Amino acid sequence: MYNKNNTLFIYCIFYFAFLYIPVLLLPIFSFNDSFHMVFPLKGFTFDWYIQMWNKSRLHQALFNSIKVGIIASVVSTFIALFAAKAFTRYKVKFHGLSYGAILLPFIIPEIIIAVALIVIWTSMGLKLGLIPVTISHILFCTPFCMLILISRMEGFDKSLEEASMDLGENSFWTFWRVTFPLLLPGIIASLLLAFVISFDEFILAFFLSSSDQTLPIYMWSQLRFPKKFPHILALGAIIIIVTSLIVMTAYWLRNLGQGKKKDFSIGI
Amino acid sequence: MSTKNYIKIKNLSKSFGDVEVLKNINLEVEEGEFFSLLGPSGCGKTTLLRILAGFEYPSEGEVFFDDANVTSLPPNLRPSNMVFQNYAIFPHINVQRNIEFGLRKENLSKAEMGERVENALKMVQLEGYENRYSNQLSGGQRQRIALARALVKQPKVLLLDEPLGALDKKLREEMQIELRNLQKSLGITFIFVTHDQEEAMTMSDRIAVMDEGNILQVSPPREIYHNPKNKFVSQFIGNINILDADLKNVSSESISISVDGFGLMTLKNHQKIIEGDRFNIAIRPEEINISKVSDPNHDCNFNGKVKNISFYGESTYFYIQLDNSEKILMVSTNESKETFSESDNCFVNFNSQNLKIIKD
Repeated sequence: MYNKNNTLFIYCIFYFAFLYIPVLLLPIFSFNDSFHMVFPLKGFTFDWYIQMWNKSRLHQALFNSIKVGIIASVVSTFIALFAAKAFTRYKVKFHGLSYGAILLPFIIPEIIIAVALIVIWTSMGLKLGLIPVTISHILFCTPFCMLILISRMEGFDKSLEEASMDLGENSFWTFWRVTFPLLLPGIIASLLLAFVISFDEFILAFFLSSSDQTLPIYMWSQLRFPKKFPHILALGAIIIIVTSLIVMTAYWLRNLGQGKKKDFSIGI
Repeated sequence: MSTKNYIKIKNLSKSFGDVEVLKNINLEVEEGEFFSLLGPSGCGKTTLLRILAGFEYPSEGEVFFDDANVTSLPPNLRPSNMVFQNYAIFPHINVQRNIEFGLRKENLSKAEMGERVENALKMVQLEGYENRYSNQLSGGQRQRIALARALVKQPKVLLLDEPLGALDKKLREEMQIELRNLQKSLGITFIFVTHDQEEAMTMSDRIAVMDEGNILQVSPPREIYHNPKNKFVSQFIGNINILDADLKNVSSESISISVDGFGLMTLKNHQKIIEGDRFNIAIRPEEINISKVSDPNHDCNFNGKVKNISFYGESTYFYIQLDNSEKILMVSTNESKETFSESDNCFVNFNSQNLKIIKD
């Protein structure tokens, strides 16, 4: 195949190089014994990882990000799950319009949402911090979750739910015994995507977090100090590895309980 | 067979928006009967079945199961179970747990549960398939599992929505006989939806022929075949020659008509035709003979020419152009005493008592 289609093969190499070389520079330089991110590499060191280990502000930021990410992903997936069910199973008036309204937050610039929320939050006399960040992340993630779950729900044979009703289960048990397990891959995909979106979200967190830094805010704040730059590389390298592990876990989970069927679509 | 009417449908209508898919349906089905709803796609048969299952609610009218009004009862509270067209086997659980699905509320012990599942699988001849998943089964096996899953609930009524539609011809014919035997041995009322007239004929005690939201005729298969109530039923069930006829003279005893291709004839007035009625004359292909010379054993003999021959193995169909008409007559025979080839001259002969008068 490759011999027959060399142009396509070369295109693929450029494509992947463009996507991954900048990202791969992070792990490489995170082991480089120098403050400056320039070739040639000077020497091998674990210093930046050790330095990172000892930063308590980093730990706090990481903990904040995980906390916000978990709450935001669970809540937005939960909201989207029932909304998607209503949207796909019942005759919704103005179907097209509602679909547009669901997807609108994609088009509204994040900065507009951030400004709007900061105005509302402060005018209510509430203090900025992780709570408004979490709320804004839920708002921001929900349409993504909706997209995943609506497409999952639409590809779902309605007669399976009818069969469950026919076999004596009411809507509640039908949901838990049939709909939920069959949607599980979509739900996992939705949780993971929402978590990743929340985890690396910058603008909303920047406006609303006040002194409670999330990880992206912390990384940004450290960039101003050249001597602190290398441990951000180390942090970046770890984030790449952990994210890849999460996605692989999701695929593994997705294949559980699906018989022996090999299906690597995550349902987006 | 008991003669108790288990299912009663009274003055039932159903509309989706502006479209009326069922128009004032009245129907009674006996306990233990194999009852088919037969009609072309879009005739409303599936909607009627879904109303019986509780997935749709009628716009007007009532449904009774065993004299209890179930019109507004949801599907989970009805004593009926359904076999879906696409089988709807739950893909995330294995065969065993699919069959157990409906037994959750019966609080059975593990042993009792196992026994019920085993018996259900034995009934559909799929013992040993407990641990398979839906994607590891063939279409025919899925169909049997769907059947077992519904029957393990011991329903009073089994609703079947074109369950054999997706199977190939050979398997379908096997399943027809198997379903019929199962129904007889269990004594459950089966409501069977199909668009395949042969399927309905071979399996049913009675058939309701439907078209455009109406029930046109409810009769046993033989009755429907030999005495179709109108043109649609006669054409939908089996092959038939339909001929135009002009009424010349009518009395309560007999009618004189001029039939396209056959000329003037007098028939007994079974259908109580009166002046002004619109009707056709019809005859089944197997009630007509083909011969080289005129046959004195039949009171009607006409000249024609063989136009096409279709050989089906157990029978041969001849399409015959009548000499004094545009009409092409379908003749079927299962004996080949004489050989004919296309464009041979021939005689068609039949007895005038076999001619049916069919109102529009």
